[in-house]
Amino acid sequence: MTITAKTSADGSELTINIQGRFDFSAHQDFRNAYEKCNGQPTSYLVDMNETTYLDSSALGMLLLLRDHAGGDNANIRIVNCNPDVKKILTISNFEQLFTIQ
Amino acid sequence: MDFDDKPLKVLIADDTDTDRLILTSIVKKQGHEVITASDGLQAVQSFINEGPDIVLLDALMPRMDGFEAARQIKSIAGEEFVPIIFLTSLKDADSLAQCLDAGGDDFLSKPYNRIILQAKIKAFRRMRAMQQTMREQRDQIAIHNEHLITEQEVAKQVFDNVTHSGCVDAANIKHLLSPLAVFNGDVLLAAMRPSGSMLVFLGDFTGHGLPAAIGAMPLASSFYGMAQKGYSMSDILREVNQKLKTTLPVGVFCCGCMIDMNFNKQSMLVWLGGLPDCYLYRHQQRELEIITSDHLPLGVLSGQKFSDKCTSYDLQPGDRFYMWSDGIHEAQNPAGEMFGSERLEGVFRKNRNVETLFDEIGWTVNSFIGEGERDDDISVVEVKMVPPEEISEEVMAVTNSGGHGPKNWAIDFELRNETFRDYNPLPMMLNVIMEVPGLRPHSGSVYTILAELYSNALEHGVMGLDSQLKQDPSGFAEYYAKRTQLMNDLVNGKVHFHFEHIGSDDAGELLIRVEDSGKGFDYSNKIEGDHATEGYCGRGIPLIRDMCKRLDYLGAGNIVEVVYAWSHH
Repeated sequence: MTITAKTSADGSELTINIQGRFDFSAHQDFRNAYEKCNGQPTSYLVDMNETTYLDSSALGMLLLLRDHAGGDNANIRIVNCNPDVKKILTISNFEQLFTIQ
Repeated sequence: MDFDDKPLKVLIADDTDTDRLILTSIVKKQGHEVITASDGLQAVQSFINEGPDIVLLDALMPRMDGFEAARQIKSIAGEEFVPIIFLTSLKDADSLAQCLDAGGDDFLSKPYNRIILQAKIKAFRRMRAMQQTMREQRDQIAIHNEHLITEQEVAKQVFDNVTHSGCVDAANIKHLLSPLAVFNGDVLLAAMRPSGSMLVFLGDFTGHGLPAAIGAMPLASSFYGMAQKGYSMSDILREVNQKLKTTLPVGVFCCGCMIDMNFNKQSMLVWLGGLPDCYLYRHQQRELEIITSDHLPLGVLSGQKFSDKCTSYDLQPGDRFYMWSDGIHEAQNPAGEMFGSERLEGVFRKNRNVETLFDEIGWTVNSFIGEGERDDDISVVEVKMVPPEEISEEVMAVTNSGGHGPKNWAIDFELRNETFRDYNPLPMMLNVIMEVPGLRPHSGSVYTILAELYSNALEHGVMGLDSQLKQDPSGFAEYYAKRTQLMNDLVNGKVHFHFEHIGSDDAGELLIRVEDSGKGFDYSNKIEGDHATEGYCGRGIPLIRDMCKRLDYLGAGNIVEVVYAWSHH
């Protein structure tokens, strides 16, 4: 599991890339990714292109990010989910809280 | 050179005693062994008995002249080069020519000149040695070649058995594969999955012939083995990639395209790595959709970096998918121009009857090549979307034959103490469960259920962690910090898994009961759907509830039982 974060050139968007399994063991890295980033992003992109699996604690982590990013006003897109990951997000009704593409 | 110094056996045939004596002494002085004959008949007999290396033959002798003797000796010698030098007092051109016509290699005029005779024997010895080496090498090459062909034939038979055990001849697949060597660098595989969707793979190995074919073997056996057992396309791609990566030398890999055509849903998944653009032809709209490779070839990236991401397309009956190796684009006409993608698209534009489209591609490429050289394998595959009822029982049966797994069974597994820290039991348990063919397409869901149940049993049960801790960000971090610490100190505790499966070929139910050594909790007020999902926790159980037919807590709340139901629709 590797988590990488990258801020856009103007600092307005933070892209978080999660490689491999997104589970409890990722919580510290995931938190660092948005708490220790450069600038003050107004939008967030969670790229799940290389995420193979997601568990319920990862759902909690996504919610932590959402609250960090402004709760109901947060602008977070979750992109490139594989079918298994998407299924878990859908069952949990996360499309009501995040933009899932 | 050793060879030059070795004495030769020289046959001297001359009816004049003095000439014979003179020649014998000259040749012996040179260190060779001499056999003599006084007429042609004797010469032939001595040749048969003694097997000389060089023959000196008088042209005119009694009983049988030199010309006839030469013919017989040459015919007896067969492929072996035995130089014959005619000894003659004849001077006219016709007679000398006659000597050579009869099979002589040279002539020596009387009176004999010692130096010239010695030089000629030396020269012919060299020639004889050279001819012998060549003959040996030729024979060796012939043996090797025969060997190679036999081996290739056996290998090809094995290869064909492996690569043609699927359903490449199904009615909705058209294919053209032209082999350059005994083996084709291109591989076409097709199999039905138990769920009724069709997997088709076209691969192009770097290189041709045997090395390319060797790579095709692990590919084909993984493909067929896994397709039959119901593994998903992603699983198969991962496995094949891993297998090729570990077995093939760097620089040998496989460009490929895999599709999963689902006739029930009228949709198709495509994974394309390294092959030229594939075409999706929607025949009603007469639209050509171009699908571009977005992955590296198989066997290049290691497991973690490999991407099995597929793209999904909704299709209608009659829509067709085309894939090809680069041979078609690189086919050259006599002027050295390449066929290219524009000409290929042109075939689609000009087409008036979709049923003949596939043949038109072949014709167009062939007439383009004309007298030009074929320097790559040309492979073209068309897969047609058809209504599910058109997939014949026969095709289904071919690939369903090996799909029997255990149907009714139960198994128990218990983890204790430090094992929690050292061992992740999920892959092993999943492996056991996936022995049921019908469950394989559900491996993602089953894994999620197992993972959630296990982490609940371990964290809340064995460790006694309270998820209420996860109410705020710092609590969330604290929870997992505690988990790590408790894991290290864990000496007491157990989690017991019980699995039961009951089912048929088409449907079944998997029961999972997990019991932990924790003290449980009061579940009487946790009725269905009433699970707290306020904070950052509590999503695992609703997730499982949604996936399973039922979920019940038992005993003191330290036992949870779920039933997962599956079926082929």
